[in-house]
Parts: sequence; C-alpha cells; structure tokens
Amino acid sequence: MTGQSLTEAPPRRRRESHATAWVRGFALKLILLCAVNALGLYGVIAAVAVKSWAIAAFLAVALAVVDVCYFSKRMIPAKYLIPGLLFLLVYQVFVILYTGYAAFTNYGDGHNSNKQDAIDAILGRGSERLPDSLSAPVSILERDGELYFLLPSDQAGQALLGSATTPLHLVDDAVFEGSQPTGLPGYTTLEARQILAQQSEIGNLAVPRSENPADGFVRTTDGMNAYTYVSTMAYDPTADTITAADGTIYSDNGQGNYASEAGERLEPGWKVTVGFSNFTSIITNKSLRGPFFGVLVWTFAYAILTVVIAFALGLSMALVLNHPTVKGRRILRALLILPYAFPAFLSAMVWQGLLNSKYGFINQVIFGGADIHWLESPWLARLSVLVVNVWMAYPYMFLVSTGAIQSMPPELEEAARVDGAGWMRVFWSVKLPLLLVSLAPLLISSFSMNFNNFNSIYLLTEGGPLENPTDMAGSTDILISFVYRLAFGGVNRQYGLACAISLLIFIIVAGISAYSYRKTKVLEEMN
Amino acid sequence: MRKTTTILLAAVVTATMAACGGSDTPANTTSSTGTDQPTTASLLVWADATRSPVIRQMAESFTKDTGIAVEVVERDYGKMRDDFISQAPTGQGPDILIGGGDWTGKFVQNGVVTPVELGDVADGFADVAIESVTYEGQVYGLPYALENVAMFRNPALAPDTPATMAEAIQTGQAAVSAGTAKYPFLIQIDPQGDPFHMYPIQMSFGAPVFGQDPAGGYNPAELAMCGDQGKAFAAYLAEMGQAGIFETTMTADIAKEAFVNGESPFVISGPWNTADYQTAIPDVAIDPIPSAGGLTASPFVGTQAFFISAKSQNQLAATQFVVNYLGSKDAQVELFKAGGRPPALTAAAEDAAVANDPSAAAFNAVAVDGVSTPNIPAMDAVWGDWANTEVAIIDGKGDPSALWDEACASIKTKIEEAS
Repeated sequence: MTGQSLTEAPPRRRRESHATAWVRGFALKLILLCAVNALGLYGVIAAVAVKSWAIAAFLAVALAVVDVCYFSKRMIPAKYLIPGLLFLLVYQVFVILYTGYAAFTNYGDGHNSNKQDAIDAILGRGSERLPDSLSAPVSILERDGELYFLLPSDQAGQALLGSATTPLHLVDDAVFEGSQPTGLPGYTTLEARQILAQQSEIGNLAVPRSENPADGFVRTTDGMNAYTYVSTMAYDPTADTITAADGTIYSDNGQGNYASEAGERLEPGWKVTVGFSNFTSIITNKSLRGPFFGVLVWTFAYAILTVVIAFALGLSMALVLNHPTVKGRRILRALLILPYAFPAFLSAMVWQGLLNSKYGFINQVIFGGADIHWLESPWLARLSVLVVNVWMAYPYMFLVSTGAIQSMPPELEEAARVDGAGWMRVFWSVKLPLLLVSLAPLLISSFSMNFNNFNSIYLLTEGGPLENPTDMAGSTDILISFVYRLAFGGVNRQYGLACAISLLIFIIVAGISAYSYRKTKVLEEMN
Repeated sequence: MRKTTTILLAAVVTATMAACGGSDTPANTTSSTGTDQPTTASLLVWADATRSPVIRQMAESFTKDTGIAVEVVERDYGKMRDDFISQAPTGQGPDILIGGGDWTGKFVQNGVVTPVELGDVADGFADVAIESVTYEGQVYGLPYALENVAMFRNPALAPDTPATMAEAIQTGQAAVSAGTAKYPFLIQIDPQGDPFHMYPIQMSFGAPVFGQDPAGGYNPAELAMCGDQGKAFAAYLAEMGQAGIFETTMTADIAKEAFVNGESPFVISGPWNTADYQTAIPDVAIDPIPSAGGLTASPFVGTQAFFISAKSQNQLAATQFVVNYLGSKDAQVELFKAGGRPPALTAAAEDAAVANDPSAAAFNAVAVDGVSTPNIPAMDAVWGDWANTEVAIIDGKGDPSALWDEACASIKTKIEEAS
C-alpha cells in the first residue's frame, strides 16, 4: 500500500458505515445480521405463542436496539458495547433483580407457584373417588360443540347419557357393541385420536350423576374409563374461601395459604411477598442466628487469610525467582504454576483423598499411619481448607507479582541502593508500595472471589464437620455454602431465605470492594 | 438509495429465515377444539439412563396406537425431584417423570403432581407399593418396581444363613482370625451416615421412625424411634462402633470392593449390586437381614413410580400411557430386566422371567417383611440429624442415649417449624 491510498481511505470510512458499504465481507455481515434478526423474530413469535409477554417484549426491544445500532452510520462505540450489555442484562442484572425479588417472598417448599395453581391442586386433591361406585368404560360423544359421556346402565338395552350441564339420564336408542354403548343417533362418537385432540376439555368434564350434588359426578382421567367422585373441597370465588366437606371454612391468611380459624393450613400454598421477614428471621430465629454470625466471622477469616497468605507466598516466590543468581528459574516458575493449571474441582477432590483420615496419603505415608482427622475435627478442618485454598490460589499471586516486579524500572532499586538502603528497606519502602498500586485491585477481586468460594469448601468438606450432629452449619461453612444448605439441604427448600442471605452477601462484597477501590486511589495519588 | 436497498434486502432475508424457523411453532401449540384435527400433542418424559430405553420401547407402541409422540429425556436421578418441583409451576416441566415413592409427599406439598386413577388395576400391585405412592388417601403414582436391602452372603466364608446378628458377627470374626477375611461384617455408613442401610438393624430393636395411623399412613406427630427401643439401638451402635465392626469410613465403594474381593462373608446391600456380586461370587446367597435386637429386621421398601405433572396439558394421554402401557405386565417385566429391581405389579413378579430369577425372588422374600419408606414431607426433617447422629454415636463422640435424645429433640423442632 502506498502512502497516498492510506491518506485517502479514512474519509471514505467516515462517510459510510460498514453495514451499508458494499465492501468485502459485506455479504457475511448481512447474513450474520439476518441470522440475528431471524433468531430474534423466532424468539418473539415463540414467546408470544406461549404468552410470555415479558420475554417477547424484551426480545423485541433488544432486536430493535441491535438493528438501529448496526444500521446506523454513527454509534461506533455502541457496536462494540451492545452485545456485552445485552448479556450483562440477561445474565447479571436480571439474576440480581430476581434474587432481590425472591428475597422478599416466601418462595420455597409449599409455596412453589401462584394462587390459581394452589387452588387447582387443593381441589384436585379434594375430589375423592366413591368406594364401590360406578366405574365403567365410557364413550365420549359430541353434539353442537358440547361433549357427552355415554355409559352402560344396569337396565337392559338402555344407556346413561350426560354432559356438564345435564346430569346422567337413561336413553333408549343407544347403539351397543356387546354390553358397551358406543353411539347414539344424532351424536358423533369421538375416536381415540379425537379424544386426545381435545383432552383438556374432556379431562375437565365433570358430569353430575343426578340433580343432587351429593351423589357426585362422573369423570374420566384417561378418556377410556369413567369413575364417580365426590368433592370434599369446594371453592367459593366470590368470598375467596375453600369449604371442606365437614363444613370447615379455609380462607386466605395473607401468608400464601388457605387456613381455617383454628390455624390449620391447606397444602399447597402459593408464593407471596412477605416483606422483610426473611431478613428479620436471620436475627430473630434462634436456630439461624447462632450459626449465621459464626459463619459470617469464619467467612471473613477464610477470605482474608487466603488472600494474605497466598499473596505473601506468591510474592516471596516471585522475588526469589526474580533474582538473577537463582539457577533453573524457568523450570521452577513452570513448576510453581502447576497448581493453577489443574482444574480447581480436580485439585479439591485429590486433596480430599489425600486428607482421608484412614486411607489418605498424608496420614499413611507422611505421618506414618497416624490417625489425624484432617477433615473431621473442626479446627483441623478449617486449617485444611485454608491450606488447600492457599495452595490453589498462590500461583495466581505468583504470576501477577512476577509480572509487576519485572515491569518495575530497575533504576528505582539502584537509586535506593545508592542512597544506602538495604534490601529490606528497598522492599518495604520502594517495591511493595509500587507493587500494591498495580496489584491492590487484583487482591480485592481475589478477596471477593474467595468470599464466595463455594467449590473449595463444598468439594473438600461440604461445610462440615458438624460440631454437634444437630447443628445447622458446619465448622467450615462459609456464607455461600450455608445458603446452599438452607436452600437445598434442609427440611424445606427455603429459596426466599436463601435469596435474602445471598443479597446480604452481595451487599457485603460490593461494599467492601467499593471501599477498597477508593483506598487504592489514595495509594495511587501517594505515588 | 443504497441504504434502502440494503435494509430491504436484509428484511427479505430475515423474513424468509424467520418463516423457515418459525413454521413448526404454531403446530406445536395446537390442541384446540376442532374434532377433525390430527393430534399433535406430545408427551415429555423424564427418566434416568437405565429406564429410558424401556420407556422408549413402550412409547413406540403407544405412538402407533394413538399418534401421540413421546419424547424421553434422560435426567440425573439425584436431581430430578427438586428440578421437577421448581420447573413444574412454570409449565416447562415434563408430563411424566419417574421417581421414588417417598417423593410423593413433597410433590403433593408443592402441588406439582396429579392423582392417578389406577382403577381396578390397583389391586394388581403389591400393597406396599400402592401405600408408598398414597398420600392422605389419594394415589399419586403408578409403581413399577420395589427396592429394598437384604444381606449378601459369601458361602465360601459363611456356609450357613446366620439366625442373628451376633451369630453373623461371630462367623465373620472367626473368618477374620482364620485369615480368610478382612472384615467380619460390611455395612456402608460413610462419614455422612447412611440410616437407610442401617434401618433393618434399628427396626430389629422395634424403633420405627414414625408411628402409623390406623389407615397405615405415617404420623409425623409421633416419632416412634424416640423411645427406649431407639436408645437400645443407639447403645448397640456405640458398642459396634467401639468394637470396630461398624466404621464410618466405610463408604459404599469400599464396602462393595471388599465384598467383591472376598474380604468379608456378609454385606448389606440392594439389588443394584446383584449383578456385580454374582459375577464375582457365582454362588452368592441373598438372605434376610439377621436380627440384632430380637425383632424382625425390616428394611425400608422403596418404590419406583411414574408420576404425572399437575401442569401437564396432556393429562388424558399421560394417564393412558402410564396406566395402560407402563402399567402393563410386559412393561414391568422389561423394566425389571433393565433395572434388576423386582416389579411392583404382582402379575409381572409372577412372570417366569422374574420368578425364575433367584435374586429377585430372594429380595421379594425380604420385602414381605419390609415397611414402606415414609413418603411424608416430615421425613426430610429426619434424614440429616438421624444420619449425623448415627455417625457421632458410632465414632464414640458422646453418650449414645444423650446424642439420640438431642437428635430427637432437633427433629421434633424441625417438623413443628415446617408445619
């Protein structure tokens, strides 16, 4: 390329956006954009088809934004930012908002869905099959859009016919196949496939046995056989109450359950917002309060100790291996990075095996068959998870420290030496402050990461051991593994409570990070 | 001008692509009222890897008869219960899933399953099977297999069936001192505890978890294991722990390997290990679990069942498929061949393919004395404390009866808090 063409090119680029210029790769861009649009449109259509309006609206807006942005001549920065922003919205912002919402609800076992589902489930349970009652093969007929059940009767040559509005009654001119009536003049008999084509209508069809509701109603659950049921629960939509067969009235207790005056609740309930009660229960519930603060303290200790020890270890290794007189530095460096190269999952599992009190390598070989309960006694377990976590974390510290040291101008050290500073003084007064400027943000993010380091705890000890077999939290439980225990391990899944604690974790980590970053700025100004 | 062309072109291509991609969407969602419309509904089934092929096989004849497609999705069995509970309300869950009978209470508590009308077919199932899918008088699943533990015996090390636990351990210790075995008696405990495998021993002391109401349902208000019988069992655990016969480091894998290698005359295990044990020890015997406390050592009898989602849009089709196809004798025999667990349908259990299988017959014989695994939600409050306490007692971390009392108090509180 000549200098001339280079000077000509920029104005042309400025005039036209890549999306509209007939340049090489245009076809590819067009196809890509079309694909995105097609996918988006498909998503909108699919979302509308299942009536997920929020998702449909989000997709439509996102699609419009993407199109406007990529067809526009300006908005160059947006072209780079939009994909990331969209994914941030879906994977981060939405999740945080949803967690925030769920933290204020009683979402969990027994409060799993909405009120309508709960009513349906209660009424479904509240229909009882009458013992020794009618149970017969059924034919399903249709006339003028209304569905009918045709059943055999105990009268010879007669059959029973009924619909949702007309109770069962005897009819004379039914067509029989053996003892089973299969048709009636004027009515169409539905075939198996037609029955399945409108299975929800047929499944919901309840044909009264007589004018008296106490006689029950006939239903089919498979489209082939009919049985008689009586309702033991009745829903009154105007009063929003459910009445049981024994006359007990259950009304909405405002906490997502139908409850009688005596306080007896019907299951299932439904999800309702409960204000701050998930948050207050951390303080007020005794079985939660004790473990919560213990776990909180250990979480801080664990995260801070991990970062400090790992950083100290990594930095000293980096300093040592940076010294020109050390031989085989490359090989040593490669070896030090090894723990970082193993997947953390694998490391944790391997360590768990090594630390097994009876069959583990450490007790068997290093301690000559001693019976040391590395993972089973509370303080040793804390020590073990800390050591393993430091082992997994220090190579990273070693890497970043090496990088920072090597980028440091050697004149600084020489100048300090000339001024008569010893190596200790050089390290503390010159190198470390300079290192911290570039490494402090990494230390902070490392702290946040370890604050929520679920893997290393869960894979090593599952949060255990329990000091007392009935404790709610184990000795090595950090907040996030405690939340997991609450949400998935206990008697009832308590998603609402787990979300509340997750939110607290989020606030703690965000607060500490924000504070530390401000401190880091001070550090920068100092230099 | 050029820009307009571009946008038009883009619009045309987009529309074409969207049309191609979207053409099958409306079809999937029709289940509307027209009588002449072809059926386009399809059933989604969640099953584990072992059972999926059999279900697919049964689905073929179902699809041929009804025109309804069945899609079987393989899921991790351990996660299915909770995944289903959280997914069902969104309408995204399956129409049918397999699961344990002891999940019934949790499913009903969350309103995610619908009662299944077994009709007259119900009489054809083993009582304990129907019991395990019954919750507050309603049947919520179609059982297909029973599972319970029994005692495998290596005849080379122990030629006779021991009458009591003491006798079994004596035989085992004799084998250990003779140098032919390494462990007198194998029972998996795990550092996390395993009350399921331990239950027959607890039952032999007369300490069931819950009392039963007259209709046979478990009563969460009556923790029957919290009496003197329970404490007698706790003392026995401590004694066996001290003697080193019960070890909390004994995981399922270690126990299995030890028995396969002929290192112990006895192991308590279930039908899932039959094939491996028979390969290693061709003449392995399956015996009832010997009594430690004097009463019958009844194991938990669990049931595997098919459940139908309360949010399924295809209730009729799902019920037809479950009751008439998966509940058939052929299906239950096939499921037995795939999973090795005795069928829940009596007619299938009496089928030659099952009846001539000595291990199935032996497990069935033990199941007769068994009790159904509690399916009430309160059972979830029991497992954790129960397991941890057994471990603490075996490891000698305190007075057995004090630990047992603590566990009982904690379980009681949890059940009361949850209800």
